[in-house]
Amino acid sequence: MHSRTLTQLAADLAARRVSATELTRHFLARVERFDGELNAFVTVTAEQALAQAAAADKRIAAGGATPLTGIPLVHKDIFCTAGVKTSCGSRMLDNFVAPYDATVVERMQSAGIVMLGKTNMDEFAMGSSNETSFYGPVRNPWNHDLVPGGSSGGSAAAVAARIAVAATGTDTGGSIRQPAALSGITGIKPTYGRVSRYGMIAFASSLDQAGTLTQTAADAACLLEAIAGHDVRDSTSLDEPVPRYSKIIEERWENITIGVPESFFDDGLDADVATATRAALREYEKLGATLKSIELDYIHLSVLAYYVVKHAEASSNLSRFDGIRFGHRAANAAAGDLLTFYMRNRGEGFGAEVKRRILTGTYVLSAGYFDAYYLQAQKVRKLISDDFARAFRDVDLVAGPTAPAPAFAIGAKTDDPIQMYLNDIYTIGANLAGLPAMSLPCGFVRGLPVGLQLIAPPLAEGPLLKAAHHYQRATDWHARVPERYA
Amino acid sequence: MQWEMVIGLEIHAQLATASKIFSGASTRYGASPNSQASLVDLGYPGVLPVLNGEAVRMAVKFGLATNCEISHRSVFARKNYFYPDLPKGYQISQYELPVVHGGRVDIVLEDGTTKTVRITRAHLEEDAGKSLHEDFAGMSGIDLNRAGTPLLEIVSEPDLTSAAEAGAYMRKIHALVRYLEICDGNMQEGSFRCDANVSVRRKGEAKLGTRAELKNLNSFRFVEKAIEIEAARQIELIESGGKVVQETRLYDPDRDETRPMRSKEEANDYRYFPDPDLLPIVIDDATVAAIRSTLPELPDQKRERFMADYRLSAYDAGVLTAQRALADYFETVAKRTKAAAKVAANWVQGELTAALHRDTLEIGQSKISAAALAVLLDKIADGTISGKIAKEVFEAVWAGEGTVAEIIDKRGLVQISDSASIDALVDEVIAANSAQVEQFRAGKQQVLGFLVGQVMKASKGKANPQQVNDALRKKLG
Repeated sequence: MHSRTLTQLAADLAARRVSATELTRHFLARVERFDGELNAFVTVTAEQALAQAAAADKRIAAGGATPLTGIPLVHKDIFCTAGVKTSCGSRMLDNFVAPYDATVVERMQSAGIVMLGKTNMDEFAMGSSNETSFYGPVRNPWNHDLVPGGSSGGSAAAVAARIAVAATGTDTGGSIRQPAALSGITGIKPTYGRVSRYGMIAFASSLDQAGTLTQTAADAACLLEAIAGHDVRDSTSLDEPVPRYSKIIEERWENITIGVPESFFDDGLDADVATATRAALREYEKLGATLKSIELDYIHLSVLAYYVVKHAEASSNLSRFDGIRFGHRAANAAAGDLLTFYMRNRGEGFGAEVKRRILTGTYVLSAGYFDAYYLQAQKVRKLISDDFARAFRDVDLVAGPTAPAPAFAIGAKTDDPIQMYLNDIYTIGANLAGLPAMSLPCGFVRGLPVGLQLIAPPLAEGPLLKAAHHYQRATDWHARVPERYA
Repeated sequence: MQWEMVIGLEIHAQLATASKIFSGASTRYGASPNSQASLVDLGYPGVLPVLNGEAVRMAVKFGLATNCEISHRSVFARKNYFYPDLPKGYQISQYELPVVHGGRVDIVLEDGTTKTVRITRAHLEEDAGKSLHEDFAGMSGIDLNRAGTPLLEIVSEPDLTSAAEAGAYMRKIHALVRYLEICDGNMQEGSFRCDANVSVRRKGEAKLGTRAELKNLNSFRFVEKAIEIEAARQIELIESGGKVVQETRLYDPDRDETRPMRSKEEANDYRYFPDPDLLPIVIDDATVAAIRSTLPELPDQKRERFMADYRLSAYDAGVLTAQRALADYFETVAKRTKAAAKVAANWVQGELTAALHRDTLEIGQSKISAAALAVLLDKIADGTISGKIAKEVFEAVWAGEGTVAEIIDKRGLVQISDSASIDALVDEVIAANSAQVEQFRAGKQQVLGFLVGQVMKASKGKANPQQVNDALRKKLG
């Protein structure tokens, strides 16, 4: 049952081959059995899940179901869920029970989804390995000594180990795509503003975007249909109609041109990953696509620009965590002046990586440095957007590796933030330019999954998902499951 | 040594929107603490601000009324600092690109001349909450009802050179925002408050002196007094060899002094940057034109019109147009009554204003309607009652004893105008005051006033004074 895709299970539920309750019990049992070793969950909401499943079964019986009714899913613990702890992977919010649902959660709920729980993540989504979580690292289902990627590491591991059918995630610089690649599943980061950010705890507001982690592109299409669309509560959400992605992906294949940025295949890329990626591109050629080398002139500046912008925004976004109205308050917080109060609450509540980023962000916004850092970074961002816009005059999609290497060992990069930051090198361009992008399994290197990244023009999620879907029809990388969890 | 003051004002006008600038919570004043703070106002994780379009329209109205340029594109920025009543750890404000900029208003000075004061900019921002340091036994209470209330910060150029000018400018802006109905102007509740930047320099010097910022002045009188005191302090300091330091100071009206508020002001670095949660405000020409068409007649225009239409002096027209409600009241009276507009103006500025002041009421709470006052003035004009009796009627209406007609009737106040009755009264008085009659006949003209007074007294004030006068002259002459 657990190896079936969301799309298959939706058909099973509709045909009454399985009930939502049976499905939910099955997955809860798997969570029970496997999560001790994976640490993918921060909170398991078994009771609520069974109640939702019962409601879903009623709804299916009554005939008012959607394709998602009764599907067991997990939410990254960055999405606020009414009445359920929303920790954002931080000690700061270990005691925080959100009083409301994020738009993504609300929309999934109204579609009839069953929430199994909330998944582990890098603290405040700051990390590429899920090692910065207050709740400890998540283990990669392919090898428990390795990281699953991050920051949506819990979501990725849960789907990869088939202890959830699908998961939500957020992607600020690769936090959906990179763990999808390292865990051997399909991840999509939609166009900036395609999915509402309301209720998603902000990291870097101008880059953050919610998306999904699933077994297949078809599953992603189905979920994205439910969560995308304008939301009056998020001024930056796009007021554009939501296409029927699940229909579009089934449309006849048309020969497209895929741009390949040669700079993505430089020395920084693992040679075996390069080989796997080239092989995936050849697969597209076999499907009838035309490959075209392209130059993205400023992409080499993306890491620099990205780390300035996102740290600047994060330093401000995280100011509200002061221990006054919610969140961690140190035991002796009040025994001193106001500054001490802040220092104790924030000093204890935040982990080292979060502090590092707040410090960096505060620095780049300071008087005298703002122009040199923040303004320059915004200029670079514009250049990178223009780069992509130029490329998309000639090509339909841009393709390349998702991450520079397969999953690495837990602890291998924790002392070297720069090496850790380079994990995002291929993914952050899409965030800086606000473009939709995916990672899909495209092979194995030394027994570990490798992801192919596809990037599309703004709002071209339909063609993007379609290209991924047709690839997945022709290949079976996405169907591989670690033996233990098969 | 001759000194001059250089003053610029930053006025915070709370915009009269029903809900907050970035949330749907009510802006009503006086609710129990934290009962009007939504998740957005509380700065909860994950929530996002959504701009209240009404606040923008109000800001544009102000811009148009003060000859400002309306920015086609303006941007919200975050002003970052930590304080317990600032829930997000930043205030959403406007920094580099304000919604309106580059305007001016004219103020009338005591000597009757007009001075133009330039307005640098006016920008939208959210208010912070309130910290309550008393009442909590060593702890601080925080009330976030005010957090997120829309403010328009109106920044003037340092064009003001005296406390009186600053007061006149502040009154002018106060009148304007109330005319535009974008701010209730209530200074006790903090809806309209002001910071003053004050510096002094030797007369003729071009270079500006170091300024002090006087915070949170919430009455016209305090603004004027605080500026006087602060300028005097600075002059004394410089003359005794000291130097003014740039700092924020607080005016203490009880001790009539200013004193430093925060010593680390210089250390504040607000790290402004554009707020990524909000799109730029884009205002096109059509929107500006549509807003322009909703502007009411403004005080300056109204004053000119009152002078022309009602032949009022500049002074009278100025007083009557200082508040829109007062001007409307006057105009209703003037239009309805047969009496001269000048009479209406005198009554509104005299009896009415005095009664309002006595009972500490606003014009909108007047206990005599404009229509009733018009009727009262008609009664004087047509000779039904004298001006003196009219004051009695006014007070009775004010006290709620009935309409003008009812009171005149009930109290029998109709003026005695028939000559037979008046002649009879005159005869009585002549008979009873032979000594005074002798004096008058001997040429002592001023005695006539006494005799008129006696007749009026005998008539209980109801006799038509002119007729009494005429009758006495006739009989004695």
